[in-house]
Amino acid sequence: MRSIEKSLNQFKQAGIRPVAISVDSPEESRNLTQKAGYSFTFLSDQNADVIRRYDLVHAGAGENGRDIARPAEFLLDSTRTVRWLNLTENYWIRARPEQVLEVSKLLK
Amino acid sequence: MNTRRLNWPLWVGFLLTLGAFFSYFIIFVQWPITRDFPWANLLLFAVAAVFLFIGFRQGFAADRPHPTRSKIVTTIVGLLSVAVLGFFVFTIFVAGRMLPASHGAPQVSQQAPDFTLPDISGKSVSLSQLLSEPVNGNPPKGVLLVFYRGYW
Repeated sequence: MRSIEKSLNQFKQAGIRPVAISVDSPEESRNLTQKAGYSFTFLSDQNADVIRRYDLVHAGAGENGRDIARPAEFLLDSTRTVRWLNLTENYWIRARPEQVLEVSKLLK
Repeated sequence: MNTRRLNWPLWVGFLLTLGAFFSYFIIFVQWPITRDFPWANLLLFAVAAVFLFIGFRQGFAADRPHPTRSKIVTTIVGLLSVAVLGFFVFTIFVAGRMLPASHGAPQVSQQAPDFTLPDISGKSVSLSQLLSEPVNGNPPKGVLLVFYRGYW
């Protein structure tokens, strides 16, 4: 998230809109964006409905055994088609903005 | 007298060990180059190990003012340091990999499911909207969906 915020200008120039999704409530997300200075879109999937539809549920991994999302990134083109995705196998290894920006050059 | 004989390499080694652990989560996690593989932290652990080794030799030297106490303290500090390293390795390389596989995620060239979710002001936003509202004054070329655990 931090690296996306740092590369936000490059994403804008590439015409790519980053969108973060988690089970956090809008209030929790608002606190996070204010505290960390994130200025892109954050969406709340509190019941993990969308997370489930994308098959990204990490069952019981949240507070009090709540279902949360496993980390994952998808680059969609304007027809909602997946052009690139990253289903990391290690929580500490995430997509780098450079990777996404490289693929986004192919989008029209 | 005892302060003069303080086994400082041992304590420096221990503090470095703690620093090697916490600096990952506080500092090095911020940059992909130090986050994806924690080489900076493993390097700090290695430097700490050198100090701990020197501290060990001093702690077990025959000329300590309180040989028994020195050996006990040295052993405890050494074991704690190894435990911190072990916990670090576990957190990054073992616990970090405890993620469920995802077989049903939309794959490349498949269409991703549309959805509508509230943003930070509680306003409903749909994926199609995000794909049509202009970015930088032009129609967007795409959307990068970033799913994350959340901070609850």
